[in-house]
Amino acid sequence: MISRRSLLKNAIKGVAALSIPLAAIEAVNPRTLFGGKDDKAKVRWVFLVDTYKCVGCGLCVKACKNENEIPYDANVTRTWVERYVITKDGKRHADTPKGARDGFTTSKIDLGMGHFEEIKAAEIAKAFFVPKLCNQCENPPCVQVCPVGATYQTSTGIVLVDRKWCIGCGYCIMGCPYGVRFFHPVYHVAEKCNFCYHRISKGLKTACVGACPFGARQIGNIKDPNDPVTKIIMTQRVSVLKPEYGTTPQVYYLGGDEFII
Amino acid sequence: MKNHVFRPLAIIVALVVLILVARLFIVPKDFGVGERGYMYGWHRAGNENEWKAFPVKYNFSSGYCKDCHGDNYEGLMKSPHAIIPCEDCHGPVRDHPSDPPKLAIDTSRAQCLRCHSPLPYPSSGRAEIRGVDPEAHNPGVECSSCHNPHKPALESMR
Repeated sequence: MISRRSLLKNAIKGVAALSIPLAAIEAVNPRTLFGGKDDKAKVRWVFLVDTYKCVGCGLCVKACKNENEIPYDANVTRTWVERYVITKDGKRHADTPKGARDGFTTSKIDLGMGHFEEIKAAEIAKAFFVPKLCNQCENPPCVQVCPVGATYQTSTGIVLVDRKWCIGCGYCIMGCPYGVRFFHPVYHVAEKCNFCYHRISKGLKTACVGACPFGARQIGNIKDPNDPVTKIIMTQRVSVLKPEYGTTPQVYYLGGDEFII
Repeated sequence: MKNHVFRPLAIIVALVVLILVARLFIVPKDFGVGERGYMYGWHRAGNENEWKAFPVKYNFSSGYCKDCHGDNYEGLMKSPHAIIPCEDCHGPVRDHPSDPPKLAIDTSRAQCLRCHSPLPYPSSGRAEIRGVDPEAHNPGVECSSCHNPHKPALESMR
């Protein structure tokens, strides 16, 4: 027969046991456990794209592929430029032939499979170019889904892929809402833009920023209030891509538009 | 002694110990929680330095070219093409002049048409760039055989 006293005792014990978080069971040094919580990083890389300045020359894509050793003729790229042509009937026509590696040299929209659509100049309501690259999200879904810890976020906010550790499962490629990840055709591991991590950690600009003749691309440190990019993000109207996903992307766009996907 | 309980249990315990010992050797010493905590920072710390050591190809500072190629540089700076970094056409500088001693210049028609093939896009800067119809304007001929990319003004045609 269970007594009132023992019932209460066991109930208290049970509640106490349930309230221990799972993390507490793993015996680790508290510094590593709480390491992620104090935010002492002095650098947080962000990107600013001015879609008004982009003319769709694709020199950024060319430079990126050369700099980051992405096979030039393979149809994969870390950064690309999209063309949006909005016609007066409210329709969106978008393409990015070869990721705009060779720029946009014809007014025909590439529909894929060798089909093209000609749009008359008189029908165009607005048309513009949108450079895309990894958003280095504050909450990167690609990192969460990695089963082996091969992709991770550094203290400066850059998401990197460990080529030795990646097993090539492709979860991260499926998980990225922006479609910036792909398989590297040579190494057969997940590949992505990392804001030219090797360049920015040496104080250089990324290859795409350096190659852009029009100043459409800029990289900056949002933790530095005197950084020109920080000033623009803080004082002007900027937008990010797909904010509804809750990923907190860190590539900001001047001249965003509801038609951009 | 209930043998049918303890014998399989011993095997399970041995397996767990074996896996833990194997893990000790397989998992690299620097693998652990980084600054970004469990969810985003679980990684091999040495990989950050591996990426930092990735070779730089482009220089993208015009001062680098100016020292030796001053004449071309000065002329270019007076033209509308001054905004185009040298390496966009001349290719990545790497360790030039030691390696490579000569850069492969992109003189292709396609390189010029990236900007100078006109697109009637009213809300884009592209509409403001002067262009030619690539199919009508001397097709197949390299632009640089008549135009000087460093002095693109029509008065300095070759």
